[in-house]
Amino acid sequence: METVNATYSYITNFEVMQILQQIKGTKKKWGMHNLATVTYEALQYLEESPCKTQTRESIKGYLCDLATYRLMPHEQLQMVNDPPTSALHTQLLIDDNKVPLTDEENEAIIGLTHKHFANTTSEPVQANQQAPT
Amino acid sequence: MFVLAELKDNVRIAPDHFNLKLVDAVRDEIDRKLANKVLLNVGLCIAMKEIVSLKDSIILPGDGASHTEVLFRYVVFRPMVGTVMTGKIRNCSREGVNVTLGFFDDILIPHAALQHPSRFDEAEQAWVWEYPLEDGGKHDLFMDVGEPIKFRVSREIFEETSPIGPPKAEGQQSQNASSSTTAAAATAAQEVKTPYKIIGAINESGLGVLSWWDQQGKEEEQEVEDGEDNTEYENDDDGEGACEE
Repeated sequence: METVNATYSYITNFEVMQILQQIKGTKKKWGMHNLATVTYEALQYLEESPCKTQTRESIKGYLCDLATYRLMPHEQLQMVNDPPTSALHTQLLIDDNKVPLTDEENEAIIGLTHKHFANTTSEPVQANQQAPT
Repeated sequence: MFVLAELKDNVRIAPDHFNLKLVDAVRDEIDRKLANKVLLNVGLCIAMKEIVSLKDSIILPGDGASHTEVLFRYVVFRPMVGTVMTGKIRNCSREGVNVTLGFFDDILIPHAALQHPSRFDEAEQAWVWEYPLEDGGKHDLFMDVGEPIKFRVSREIFEETSPIGPPKAEGQQSQNASSSTTAAAATAAQEVKTPYKIIGAINESGLGVLSWWDQQGKEEEQEVEDGEDNTEYENDDDGEGACEE
């Protein structure tokens, strides 16, 4: 086994969930118990995480709106995997040592979370409402 | 938390799988080999995403099976250092808190990286955050088994676990042959190395058991946490927030 590129690209939790759901749908074959185990356990974890209610469109919309804040790719990935719902949460995900986030920006980011991703604690969101970029 | 790793391997397909489409046979073989296994310096392999390219399949002398060189991309679990993740507390020990994600168990938050100040409660076998209240008193926040916990990845440790040779038999006399072999076997068994370990930390505002920071949490915790949150922001003049470097 040769590792050509150990970190070829990032992949969102949502995409992993889709791949695993597809695998789960196929017939079980002999000797594939490792794949079945890890698929089942990983799906259990992912389906309890925010990516359960995400769609490709909602993620794309969210990233478009986030573009104004000039975040690093790994910060954007973390935000998609675990959209912040409080100011403290945003502070954890975004490293704002160089360009501090103002309170308004923080609230705007939390607003984006509620707008694109339906939360159990807030009202349901219409995913087709996209801000003009 | 996941990455795509590009890997290359020579896949052997036994003749009884020749009825399958080549891509399906190759995919099954690779999954059989890699799923739920840790690759050194790559991470925990989950499942195949796609095959990028296949070279020609060849048959080697003496073996009826076909051999194909495959370039493929695999979904691998390998959180970046600095990522914030949510898991469940598996158990607490004197060394710290063990966290599990369901599909990955070897996450340790050492006691030095817990919220300060914390103590280990022997009776409950749990770590407790002694949250200091404004009036000088202390509020005990327990870290119980099964609680969801948010932590930051501070280190990842890969260890080579493939067999390196027969167990060392240092200073063994032939008279004590039976006892020495059992001793050697015992020491070999104790040195169980985990191929991929993650070291986490929760010594920042917002990290730790989720219910500690939940705005709609229980009343007693709400009094504590509302006060905590507001002070963080009112005194946050230079906008450094919760990040402690």
